Amino acid sequence: MNKKRCQADLESKTNNDYGLTNESSVQPDLRVNLAGIELANPILAASGPFGYGHQYRELFDLSLLGGIIVKGISPEPWEGNPPPRLAETTGGMLNAIGLQNPGLEKFLKEYLPSLRGSGTKIIVNVIGCSVDEYAAVASRLDGVEGIDGLELNISCPNVKAGGIAFGTDPASTGNVVSTVRKQTGLPLLIKLSPNVTDIASIARAAEEAGADGLSLINTLSGMLIDLEKKTPLLGNTFGGLSGPAIMPVALKMVWQVAGAVKIPVLGMGGINSARDALQFIMAGARAVAVGTGLFYNPDLPAEIKEGIADYLQQHRFPDLKSIEKIAQDPKGEE
Amino acid sequence: MSRLNKQRGAKPKQENCLVGNKQIIAPGYCRLTLYAPLIAREVYPGQFVEVYMPPEHQPMLPRPFSVYKANQKTGEIVILFEIKGQGTRLITAAEPGATLKLLGPLGHGFPELPSDAVLVAGGMGIAPLVFLASSTDLPRTLIYGAPTVAQLACPSSDLDMPGLTILEATEDGSKGDQGTTVDLLIRCINNVGAVFACGPSPMLQAVKKISDRAAVKAWVSVEERMACGIGACVGCAVATPGGYKRVCKDGPVFAAEEVILSE
Repeated sequence: MNKKRCQADLESKTNNDYGLTNESSVQPDLRVNLAGIELANPILAASGPFGYGHQYRELFDLSLLGGIIVKGISPEPWEGNPPPRLAETTGGMLNAIGLQNPGLEKFLKEYLPSLRGSGTKIIVNVIGCSVDEYAAVASRLDGVEGIDGLELNISCPNVKAGGIAFGTDPASTGNVVSTVRKQTGLPLLIKLSPNVTDIASIARAAEEAGADGLSLINTLSGMLIDLEKKTPLLGNTFGGLSGPAIMPVALKMVWQVAGAVKIPVLGMGGINSARDALQFIMAGARAVAVGTGLFYNPDLPAEIKEGIADYLQQHRFPDLKSIEKIAQDPKGEE
Repeated sequence: MSRLNKQRGAKPKQENCLVGNKQIIAPGYCRLTLYAPLIAREVYPGQFVEVYMPPEHQPMLPRPFSVYKANQKTGEIVILFEIKGQGTRLITAAEPGATLKLLGPLGHGFPELPSDAVLVAGGMGIAPLVFLASSTDLPRTLIYGAPTVAQLACPSSDLDMPGLTILEATEDGSKGDQGTTVDLLIRCINNVGAVFACGPSPMLQAVKKISDRAAVKAWVSVEERMACGIGACVGCAVATPGGYKRVCKDGPVFAAEEVILSE
């Protein structure tokens, strides 16, 4: 009895000592609205590494993610690049998959149905070799049950034909975005390439052309050489660098873009911990996506979610809005 | 076959595994025992595991290893590998009692061995074939070759199995016949039930040709650099007549006629 009593005393005393109120022990609100998509939390799976979700579903419940951005979909199937498609580098990796995908109709028939009811938002990444191809995919997906938004990949450096041209120039970015905009009522994110001189000008062009949000960054273009064969290591010669090595580059670009536009930003690029994710949000991202980090640790989304909640609670922020862009626009003492 | 098909449906599991016995079996080669009861219970020959790097060595991609042995009763699996780069060095540095995170069982392995099967192992290609050889008592032959005896790293005690005939070859003649696994296969191809091979791509291509000519069914386990290991990222592509397939999910074991191999 005495022991129990002591325990109870200790607990109440501890609470008093720390001056905790009932309110501050409430779980912080992790919900965010990204370009019109209501997310249960700000952690998404980036397009590419996650495929169409059904493999990672065997490792964790997809509903722990705020959303999934499925691997890029083109009107017709794309075969992808010859191997080798991967190479590890210090702090990251290069990939040259070549946007291999089953094409729009097979995606709708075989992949989308199992994603419906997975308890998370589904955003479809759209790829194409021409403005017409982007428009065709967007038009077909408009109003399809189970699709919550589109992300336009105008930036992937893997694609020789088409892709790279749109995202490297404000005028062509504006052209493809405004064309796709006319085809869809779905929330429309534009994924920006970091392989440009002035990412803010491209971000503004996308915003003016009707984008609802911006995703950044895509991979940085790079290559490696095989010293034994004396040839480029990747089958495609060039590939995209991802992983923690690119995190500070991505963070800087998120900062720049968030300072240049009014639409929300989805930050990504080398995020490998809650601390990384929090920095993106403080730089101006509304939400974050993980890609390569999943390869290192499939539990990463769960760890980030927990780490963000812990941070907010410890620093007494009620929600994510309270820290969004805080490093750019200090909000002063709360 | 029904047992295999049932196992094929097994979902990959993440398992924090205690490192057990670790032995440098030859200079540059490690045999590592891991306590992985969930994986040991379901893995079948030809499947593999991804071994994650210890958190203090992140970021680094996990490394895929064919399962060399699995024991359902003790819950242990064994992997055998060449200590070749940073990843295998770090895994070798894990001491007994430490923990390594594994993901498995992964991929499609070998079908069940018929009678008079021939297993062809080039170098480290021995790893999945030892597991396969141990799956039956039917008469079977293992052809095991490498450039020199130094690369025939598999301990002979691990190959001591009832009904298993072993033929060895080295290119420099330092052990067994002087020549290659392919030379040995040519000699016996007309009397075999099926061929099961793992090794460098040019060897697999030769095995494919020889088997095809003799109208013998051949299965090959192929290798490619991997990232996710579960079929999501499509990084580990192998060319097939019907387009690229994923080594980690559609393979690593393929019917030889299914894949286009480099010479």
